[in-house]
Amino acid sequence: MVPITTLHYLVVAAALFVLGTIGVLTRRNVVIVLMSIELILNAVNLNLVAFSRMWGLGGQVFAIFIIVDAAAEAAVGLGILIAFFRNKETINVDEIDLLKW
Amino acid sequence: MNPALNVGSAPVATPWFFYGLAAAAVISGLLVITRRNAVHSALALIVTLLSVAGLYLMLYAPFVAGVQIIVYAGGIMVLFLFVIMLVSIERTVKERQFNRIWPIGLLASCALLALFLTAFKKGQSLFPNRVAPLPEALNTQGIAAALYGEAGKMGQYTFAFEIASLLLLVAILGAVIMTKKKI
Amino acid sequence: MVESLMSYLGSTVPPSNAGNQLWALIYILIIFAGVSVAVMAMNWIERKALAHFQIRLGPMRVGPHGLLQPIADALKLMLKEDIIPDESDKAVFWFAPIIGLLAAFTVYIVIPFGPSQAVSDMNIGILFMLGVSSLGVLGIVTAGWASNSHYPLIGALRSSAQMVSYEVAMGLAVVSAILMTSLNTGTGTLSMIGIVEAQRDQGIWFLFKFFPLGLIAFVIFAIAMVAETNRAPFDLAEAESELTAGFHTEYSGLRWSLFMLAEYAAMIAVSSIAVTLWLGGWMRPFPALLHGPAWEFIFSLFPGLTFAALAGFAFLGTIRMPSHSFFKIQRIGLGAFGLVLAFIALLLFAIAVAGRGDNANLAGRFREGIDYVYWFVLKVAVFMYLFIWYRATWPRYRFDQLMKIGWKVMLPISLGALIATAVVGVLVK
Repeated sequence: MVPITTLHYLVVAAALFVLGTIGVLTRRNVVIVLMSIELILNAVNLNLVAFSRMWGLGGQVFAIFIIVDAAAEAAVGLGILIAFFRNKETINVDEIDLLKW
Repeated sequence: MNPALNVGSAPVATPWFFYGLAAAAVISGLLVITRRNAVHSALALIVTLLSVAGLYLMLYAPFVAGVQIIVYAGGIMVLFLFVIMLVSIERTVKERQFNRIWPIGLLASCALLALFLTAFKKGQSLFPNRVAPLPEALNTQGIAAALYGEAGKMGQYTFAFEIASLLLLVAILGAVIMTKKKI
Repeated sequence: MVESLMSYLGSTVPPSNAGNQLWALIYILIIFAGVSVAVMAMNWIERKALAHFQIRLGPMRVGPHGLLQPIADALKLMLKEDIIPDESDKAVFWFAPIIGLLAAFTVYIVIPFGPSQAVSDMNIGILFMLGVSSLGVLGIVTAGWASNSHYPLIGALRSSAQMVSYEVAMGLAVVSAILMTSLNTGTGTLSMIGIVEAQRDQGIWFLFKFFPLGLIAFVIFAIAMVAETNRAPFDLAEAESELTAGFHTEYSGLRWSLFMLAEYAAMIAVSSIAVTLWLGGWMRPFPALLHGPAWEFIFSLFPGLTFAALAGFAFLGTIRMPSHSFFKIQRIGLGAFGLVLAFIALLLFAIAVAGRGDNANLAGRFREGIDYVYWFVLKVAVFMYLFIWYRATWPRYRFDQLMKIGWKVMLPISLGALIATAVVGVLVK
C-alpha cells in the first residue's frame, strides 16, 4: 500500500469542498444549503490541519478559529431563517424573493 | 512491528483507517446534498463531522478533534436539528428538491474540481513529505501557548482570540434579537 | 498471542498506550461486562431503595428479596413485541437508541480505574469525555422526532434544551478543576490519569483545594450531571405524570431497554468524571495523613471487609426469613448468594494478606490493582446512591424553572468559581 501523504488528505478535502459547493448551488431547501456551507468549512479545516502537520501549529489554531466562526454563522443564519419562516412559511430559496421587483 | 505506532514518518497511522474514514466522510457528504428529508441530511452531516474528527486524530491534532466533536457535532448539529424540527412542513418532502438551474451548478462544481486536481498535480513539489517535530503529547500545550501566551508574554494569536470572543457575543445578541417577535 | 498477553503484564501504562491491542480488547470486554452487571444491580437497588424510602418493600418475590427481579425485567423486555409506529421514520427510529448507546459507552475508554487500569490514556481525555457525552443529546432528539407524535417531540426538544444548557455549566466546572492540575508543575494536563496523579502529587483532593472553590465547582458539576442524565429532579422530559414518558413513549421492549441502559451507563460515566476530577479517582482516603505499611495493610483489607459485610447481610436475611415451606427456595437461594459473597471476601482477604507490603510479586500487583479499582468503584457507587436518593426525596422542577437555574444561577456561579480559582492560583504561586 502506498503510504498516506498530505496529498491524500488534500484530495479528501477537495472532494468535500466540491460536494458542499454542489449542495449550495443546487438545493432548494435553505437548511440543506446551510449544511452544505458547513461541509465547505470542514473541507477547509481539513486542508489547514493537514498542512499544519508540516508547518507548525498555526494551521490548527486557524482551524479552531474557523470552527468558532462556523458556530456563530450557523446560529445567525438559522435565526434569520426562523425569522423569515415566520413571515412567509416557506423554506425554499427560490421562493424567498420578497425584494424582487 | 505494530503499524499503529508508526510515529515520526508520514503523517498517518494506518492506511485502512484513512481510507475508511475518508470513504465515510465523502459518502456521507454525498448523502447530505442528495437526501429529500432534511433530518436524514443532518444525520449524514453528523457522520461526516465525526469522520473528519477521526481524520484530525490521524493527523496528530487531538485538540482540534476534541473541539470538532464538542462544538460541531455536539452543538451546531443539535441547533440544526432543532431548527429543522421547528420549520419542517410536510409539503417540503414532496416538492422538487433541486433548483431549475442545477446543471449549471453541477458544471461549475466540476470545473472547480478539475481546477483542484490540476493544482494538486502541478504543485506536487510544494508538498514535501517532511515532518516538523510536533510531539502529540504537547499539542494542547502548544495551542495554549499560541492562544494565551506563555511565560509572561502574549501569544501569537491572543488578539485574534479576544476578537473571536467578541464575534461570539455579537452572534449571540444577533440571534436573540432576530428571533424576537417584537423588538 | 501468549507472547502478546505476557508482554503487557507489569506495565505501568494503559494497554493502548503500550501498543497492546489484545489487552485493550480484554479491558473493553471486562468494562462492558462490568457496566452491564452494574446497570442490573443499579436497577435492583433503585427499586428497593425507592421502596424503602416510601415505607414499602419493593420487589420481594422474584428472587430472595427480589434479587432476580432485574433478570426477569430483562427477559420480559427482550421477549416483548416490537411495536414500531406506522407513520414513523423507520430508519431513524431504529437508529436513535443506537446513537444514545454508542455515546454512553464510548466514554468508558478513558475512565481511569487505576494508574494503568484504563483502556487508553488519551492526552485529551476529559475533552473526549465531554464531547462524546454531548453526542447523547443527538440520540434523544432523533428519538423524539422519529416517533412522529406530539408528546415525544416536545419531550425530546425539552430534554435536549435542558442537556445543552447544563453542559455549559458542566464544562466550566471541569475547566476550573483542570486549572488546579497546573498548580504544582506549571503545566496542566487534560488526561484523566494525569488529573488524578496531579491530585496525588499535590497531596490533596481537588474537592478540598482552595476551600471553598473546589467545593463550589464540585457542587456545580454534581447538579449539572444530574440534569445531564435527565434524572430527578430534572426528569421533566421523561416523567410519567407529565409527558407520558416523553421521548421514549413510542419505544417498547428491547429498544426501550437500550434507552435505559444508555441512561444508566451515562450516569456511571458522569459520576466517574466527578470522582476523577474532584474525589481523587483511585486513591484511598488520607494517603498523606495515614501513611506507612500498617495503614496500607489496613486500607487494603477494605475490599474483603465490604464483601464480608454484604455476605453478613445475606446470612442475616436468610436467618430472618419466615420458616414456612413457601420460603424454602428463597432461603436456600439467599444462603447460596451469601456463601458466594463470603467466598469472594475470603479470596480478597487472601490476596490482601499475601500481597502486603511490597508490590513486586504477583499477589502484590493483584492487590494493588484490586485496591485501585475498589476505591474508584466505591466512590462511584456513593454517587449512584445519591442519584437514587435525589429521586426519592425531591419534587420535579418545572421546565422554565429548570432553564432559569441552568442559565441564570449555575452559569454565573461556575464562571465566578473559575475566575476565582485562576486568581487564587496565580496569587498563591
